[in-house]
Amino acid sequence: MASVTTRPPPWRDVRVLRVLLQLLFALGVVAVVTWLFGNLVTNLDQIGLSTDFDFLDQPAGFQILGSDFRASQTVRDAFVVGITNTISVAGIGIVLATLLGVLVGVLSLSSNWLVRKAATIYVETLRNLPPLIVIVFVFSAVILQLPRIQEASEWFGLVIVSNRTIGLTAPAFEGDSAGTYALLLGLGVVAAIAVAVWRTRVHRATGAPHRRVLWGGGVLLVVAVVGWFALGGPLVLDRPQIVGVQIEDGWAMNANYAALLIALVIYTATYIAEIVRGSIQAVDHGQTEAADALALSSFQRLRFVVLPQAFRIAVPPLANQYLNLTKNSSLALAIGFFELTQTTLTIIGNGNPAPQSIAILMAGYLVLSLSIALVTNLVNRRLQLVAR
Amino acid sequence: MRWARANLFNSPLNGVLTVVFGGFLAWAAYRMATFVFVSADWEIVRRNLTLLMVGRFDRDQLWRPWAALLILAVSIGLTAGMVGAAAADVARQRGLPVAKGSLRSAPRRFWPLILLIVVLVAFTRTVAPTFLILGVLVAGGVAVVAGQRVPARLRRFGWIVFVLGFVGAIVVLWAGGGVPWDGWGGLHLNIFIAFAGIILAFPLGLLVALARRSSLPVVRVVSVVYIEFFRGVPLISLLIMAQLMIGFLLPPSMDPPSLVVRALIAIVIFESAYIAEIVRGGLQAVPRGQVEAAQALGMSQFSIARRIVLPQALRAVIPAMVGQFISLFQDTTLLYAISLFDVLTVSDTTTSQDAFVGRGLQAVVLPCVAFLFWAVSYSMSRESRRLETRLGVGVR
Repeated sequence: MASVTTRPPPWRDVRVLRVLLQLLFALGVVAVVTWLFGNLVTNLDQIGLSTDFDFLDQPAGFQILGSDFRASQTVRDAFVVGITNTISVAGIGIVLATLLGVLVGVLSLSSNWLVRKAATIYVETLRNLPPLIVIVFVFSAVILQLPRIQEASEWFGLVIVSNRTIGLTAPAFEGDSAGTYALLLGLGVVAAIAVAVWRTRVHRATGAPHRRVLWGGGVLLVVAVVGWFALGGPLVLDRPQIVGVQIEDGWAMNANYAALLIALVIYTATYIAEIVRGSIQAVDHGQTEAADALALSSFQRLRFVVLPQAFRIAVPPLANQYLNLTKNSSLALAIGFFELTQTTLTIIGNGNPAPQSIAILMAGYLVLSLSIALVTNLVNRRLQLVAR
Repeated sequence: MRWARANLFNSPLNGVLTVVFGGFLAWAAYRMATFVFVSADWEIVRRNLTLLMVGRFDRDQLWRPWAALLILAVSIGLTAGMVGAAAADVARQRGLPVAKGSLRSAPRRFWPLILLIVVLVAFTRTVAPTFLILGVLVAGGVAVVAGQRVPARLRRFGWIVFVLGFVGAIVVLWAGGGVPWDGWGGLHLNIFIAFAGIILAFPLGLLVALARRSSLPVVRVVSVVYIEFFRGVPLISLLIMAQLMIGFLLPPSMDPPSLVVRALIAIVIFESAYIAEIVRGGLQAVPRGQVEAAQALGMSQFSIARRIVLPQALRAVIPAMVGQFISLFQDTTLLYAISLFDVLTVSDTTTSQDAFVGRGLQAVVLPCVAFLFWAVSYSMSRESRRLETRLGVGVR
């Protein structure tokens, strides 16, 4: 008898069943989404709200504290201000939180008992608090209790602290040749990178020490200093000063911006400190011993053996914390800083349609989250390739 | 002396660091002590303690929150006892030394919670709450011991005890002339939302996680989109969406649900995405050999999932679930941003009462609320770390 491969009947054929199941599932999902969307359109029609995005071109009708935004500008511009503020807080916050977090993480591994304890107390206290409470506390119990602007305290003329604005000294371009100097600095950075790449090649070819940081930094420094003198000092330290009830010049931060930034930084830094500590401890002890056996100095051991491996472990969880910080910036809603969420709510409050505004709000955060995820994935992949 | 030399002054740099940090810590401790015992006026907390705890709950019905608290304490105690005993068994099988938890080790393990209770009692103005708190504590402690004595084969029903207890607490609060959840507030609302959120989000998250591991591409894609979308947006934007749009998404004939329910829907959807990722981690941690062995025994797809994979996966995710619960509990403060009457909102309103307005008393109330969250979160995260070592999560 010849063996005949017979197909089972369709209702028992796994291939058919798989397709059928997926079709059913897809149909179910589509049905639910259509139902919700249909309800949305019906409801909006009933109360006479528009379902398009024309409202973006209407005047916003509200002002935004601490920016040049005027009520006559369009809703679209308001969204742009909101997302710019979110990016500003998230960007600066990520840099500062990383610096503080790495510092605390390293301190918590110190051989000094007191330093270790201090770092642990800091981490365990703030990590277990709701971020919203941290933000509200920093705003209402710290920043708002600062002296009023009329009796603002100045520290060495470099910092002005008041409960309304905090002014920091910041570098600023000044004078006619400012643009030229900025361009020159950009070229300097390019040149520095080129030199660093060249040194890396030399190192690969001959084995001579590359010293690329020294070379690249040197080139940049020379360009910056020579250019500064040649162009007559176009970059100055801009000191804040009080004009009436405003702080002008320098880097003037509004009270709620400062509160949000400080709160996010000190909160996220605790998580980063834990990641840094964990990753350094996760590096195999044999590596340290091997470095000692090779008579590397303790700096060399850290720089060439421990940190590169710890960094590799730390990147994915760090990326997670950067995402969290960005999303937590939406908590500024509670203290009235006009980042994306607060701006969207104000826009809705001014009679613009909620569904579209919320769609823009969510799209904004999704784009931010996905771009952070993209960048860190790239970094991660590069590091992993080096690994093995 | 020798200890100080070895740990504080073993190098010149460390000597300097010790002096600098010691000075700073001493200064901070001094400032804090003077704030707590001298300069802070705690009257605002003392007078508003009930408001902070249960919001505007009908003052004649206060026995209901107490009864609910008792039921919750007993059911949580039972569940914790069962999970703890199961974890100790696992640790014993793995050859770890298992120190028996005793009454003497309790202060070291739970000092933040004990401190919290002492602080709360210090704020009360009558004697009754002290005894009631003590009663709840004793009942909870007895429940833990009872939970540990439950026969091993019944332990896997531990979560049912907890869910039943939670439902029972709601019934006690609401049924027969009680207060429906729209009238709840204060810490009580935070706890309710946190428990309800995790209980409802877990099954949903489990389904999404299974969908993500499905061999059917369409199912997998839908699940990935769901997870990535809800993890990519902040919870607050979902809460806003729930407040403003759930009414729009339902047919005009249906009445939109109340504010509390809307917030709960947003939280459940948000949490389920995170729980799905946690459960997926647990599913991936089950060695392939387990599934292959089950297949070799001729078990069906369903009973492999039900009897082999899920029990191991779910046991491995308990610590991570505790962590997720902590972050959910902290996230319930976001109800403040959508003006529900949660504990943070209450603390904000107290500072505008006639007697206290304009005195900058946020600096007094907020630390109290913060301490509450801190004590609960810190002790829970310590317990979950302990559980993690016992269950050997991440150790092969």
